Amino acid sequence: MCVPNGAQHAMNNGSDTQLQGHVDVAVIGAGPAGMAAATVCAEHGLNVAILDDQATPGGQIYRGITLASRKMREVLGPDYCAGDALVAPLLDGRINYMPDTAVWEVTRDKTLHLTQGGRSSSLQADYVVLSTGAMERPFPIPGWTLPGVMTAGAAQILLKTAGATAMGPVILAGCGPLLYLLAAQYLAAGTQIAAVVDTTGWSDYWRALQDGRGAASDISSLAKGLKLLRTIKKAGVPFFTNASNLEATGDDRVREFKFTSGGKVHCLAANVLLLHHGVVPNTQFTWSLRAPHEWSEQQLCWLPKTNAVGELDGASGIFVAGDGAAIIGAQAAAQHGRLIGIEISGRAGRLSAGARDEEVSRLNRRLNKTRQFRRFLDALYRPKAAHRVPADDVIVCRCEEVTAGALRNHVALGCLGPNQAKSFSRCGMGPCQGRQCGLTVTELIATVRGVEPATVGYFRVRPPVKQVTLGELAEE
Amino acid sequence: MMEEALFQPTLVSERPRIEIRFNGTPLEVPAGTSVAAALLVSGVAQFRTTPVGRSSRAPWCMMGVCFDCLLEIDGKPNVQGCMTAVKENMDVRTQWGAARYE
Repeated sequence: MCVPNGAQHAMNNGSDTQLQGHVDVAVIGAGPAGMAAATVCAEHGLNVAILDDQATPGGQIYRGITLASRKMREVLGPDYCAGDALVAPLLDGRINYMPDTAVWEVTRDKTLHLTQGGRSSSLQADYVVLSTGAMERPFPIPGWTLPGVMTAGAAQILLKTAGATAMGPVILAGCGPLLYLLAAQYLAAGTQIAAVVDTTGWSDYWRALQDGRGAASDISSLAKGLKLLRTIKKAGVPFFTNASNLEATGDDRVREFKFTSGGKVHCLAANVLLLHHGVVPNTQFTWSLRAPHEWSEQQLCWLPKTNAVGELDGASGIFVAGDGAAIIGAQAAAQHGRLIGIEISGRAGRLSAGARDEEVSRLNRRLNKTRQFRRFLDALYRPKAAHRVPADDVIVCRCEEVTAGALRNHVALGCLGPNQAKSFSRCGMGPCQGRQCGLTVTELIATVRGVEPATVGYFRVRPPVKQVTLGELAEE
Repeated sequence: MMEEALFQPTLVSERPRIEIRFNGTPLEVPAGTSVAAALLVSGVAQFRTTPVGRSSRAPWCMMGVCFDCLLEIDGKPNVQGCMTAVKENMDVRTQWGAARYE
């Protein structure tokens, strides 16, 4: 096995924590899955490093939890505060927690290349846990690139990290639990919402109820969701259903939001428009590892192929924990992280095979229950085709400003897949590395060609998957 | 440029404020947050213009995956505003189109 540069000597990261060039387990991402996996491995005596690009632990779901004021906790609610127990082991020295650390490459021999405070180094691990979580599904509608149009998740991050809420008129549009949760949190913060524009219609309820056991598999989550919707309606927020033809307009920032609901075209003034129709796994590392992925018709996104213990197909010792493997939500992500922590501890000889297998099956049984409810949520809040494969004049690639029409032209000229699309128009070649356009490009090309997304494939993702300067690279 | 702000600091009015410069003009912003959050609550609605169409952009994701909050910070172009902590006396500038490296 090759020895990476810098792995022989201890790294100086400029902080009190000194990382050796080798650890038993390297965990990338300090969200629920990563924190749980790291904690379990550390409890079994393994030398663990958890690396995260934020300054404080928690991932996006528990973002800012170590700094949140009492007032913020009240507004964000008990599900947010549940993150306290998960972050605790990262703060009391039980685990080597490395904040402000961007991992920009993971290799198959389990070497991590990272930058910290402008300095690059590498780290060798026996086991790697990729727990890079989810990101919002791109929402390509006319005007989605205008300043003031943001994801609901972005607004929630502003709430968690700066106690900030949008200035009116504020419109929330799309569908899914996060959209309604944000609305309820805004109401708790005393922020006025001009309208909630829900894209969910009767056909969605009908589809979701086809699998009757799905909704009934988790009554408490179902009740929580219904309570959120009741809170929004009780507050008197104008609530539009089955909305379509969404369009943001404005000169240099969003001014108006147009949509059709109840057979009528509505046009509302907007200062901030918050869009959401679900989250998708952040697959940059698994793609850059050339791991196999499959197209999920249920979640309408790519999922890295993993086995029952979360290990990446064909990449021994590299695990994918939490939403990065498939969207399951924060609580289940922590369970999935725990399961992977148990598996690694077992393989490293810190746990008997019997104890490991028993705990793995127990956690898998719980996870399967969550997955059943997730099928119901995915069916109910299935993002609309028009918001995944937009009309010709809509920008698909935000970085290079490539429209859906341009992409359709490429296909007409013989472009068969996302990588060819790059050479036609630089689509996917901007700074976001295809994160914001990749799923749209796959589905759009598949639709035009009349083939499955799996036939079309995805962008070839290459490291570095995070911003790194040439100077930082040269230093390593 | 300074029209109605996109966001306001609703829950943390007691947070200390610091001074930065935005395009050369002094700007008082809340401390302890990202440059992107600080600008959003201070009336900035244009973070960059795109290299291709010169259209205005502001943050879309706030979690480091969209790169629409790119700014020039302390002389360094193409810095993600949402991934950078705001600091006293920081020199923050709009990222006009593609970066120029000198």
